[in-house]
Amino acid sequence: MRDLVIDLAAIEPGSGLAAAVSKRADIFALTQATHDAAITPIYAGGLSHGLRAALACRIARINADMDLARHFLDLAGKAGASDAERRVAELDFAGDDLRTSALVRHADLVARDPKSATGKDIAALRESGVPDADIVRLSELVAFVSYQIRLVAGLRLMQAAS
Amino acid sequence: MSKVVHEFTAVVPEWKPHVTPVDITQASAAQLDALKVTPSNRQVSDYLLVLAHDAETLKPRSPLFNGIMYNRGGLSRAERELGAVGASIVNRCIYCAAVHASRYNQLARDETAIARIFAEGLDAELDPRSSAILRFAARLSECPPAATADDLSALRQAGLDDEEILDLVLSAALFGWANRLMHTLGEPVEAPAV
Repeated sequence: MRDLVIDLAAIEPGSGLAAAVSKRADIFALTQATHDAAITPIYAGGLSHGLRAALACRIARINADMDLARHFLDLAGKAGASDAERRVAELDFAGDDLRTSALVRHADLVARDPKSATGKDIAALRESGVPDADIVRLSELVAFVSYQIRLVAGLRLMQAAS
Repeated sequence: MSKVVHEFTAVVPEWKPHVTPVDITQASAAQLDALKVTPSNRQVSDYLLVLAHDAETLKPRSPLFNGIMYNRGGLSRAERELGAVGASIVNRCIYCAAVHASRYNQLARDETAIARIFAEGLDAELDPRSSAILRFAARLSECPPAATADDLSALRQAGLDDEEILDLVLSAALFGWANRLMHTLGEPVEAPAV
């Protein structure tokens, strides 16, 4: 099975890094499983697969990871994201309805500056009509993609130096 | 009302959720499975009960977390904890920093490094290997990630091999995830005196 992280880091087969990665095969498989659970869950709740992929693309762009951004934009297309959902991937789009604006604002905050988040930000999501379960789904999505971006960034540095 | 903790500490606070945790008596089969709740183990933290709102991501997350922090070989467990502390300082997750600072102290049998980091910050004077680990973890945790080839070569000069560096990347990245949940979905409050 293809592994997104290993593909994106372009790890050279047979290298010392490839050997180190193969010793952690369980971790890479679980990373891929969490990616699938965060972007294309069986039960999506109030966050459609298209919206999730568009938000993930936005987070990758915030982190200046254009390869991962392209991957998520591609997934948004495959998930049949609506035009409105696709716009969420554009960094200059802040949402044009109350709920989307609240989701985008929170995703940006947690991706870019999590230390500044407080209980007021959770209250703002609730007031915009986002139920607790969707607040957790959104948070997991942003948090997981932030992990994946840093894992790929670290692997790319190692690959470049090998 | 309990007092919110705003300063870094190696004394583990309590965690108060902003989101209502799943009521375990009402939890679905998928939620109980993701929580690893069994008839003999019904002790589940509020944090996991909050995450149980999204059972599909929680299910792989727990073994992933345990694998990155505790699996065999590679980087020492204490140094993985140091990576977690570096990320938690950048993201100012007081709760995660406290849990992983206290684990570092236990594993390394030393409290001076963490005390110095909390007092002086990420540039605190440590032994060269610990400094390189802390700095790399912190730089990878910035948004966008800011770790450079120089930060990586500092790890090599300090004696880390590929397997150890990979484990450090994993632990620092993992806390880019954990901090974004723990610090945004709740807050650390002073534990009541026992």
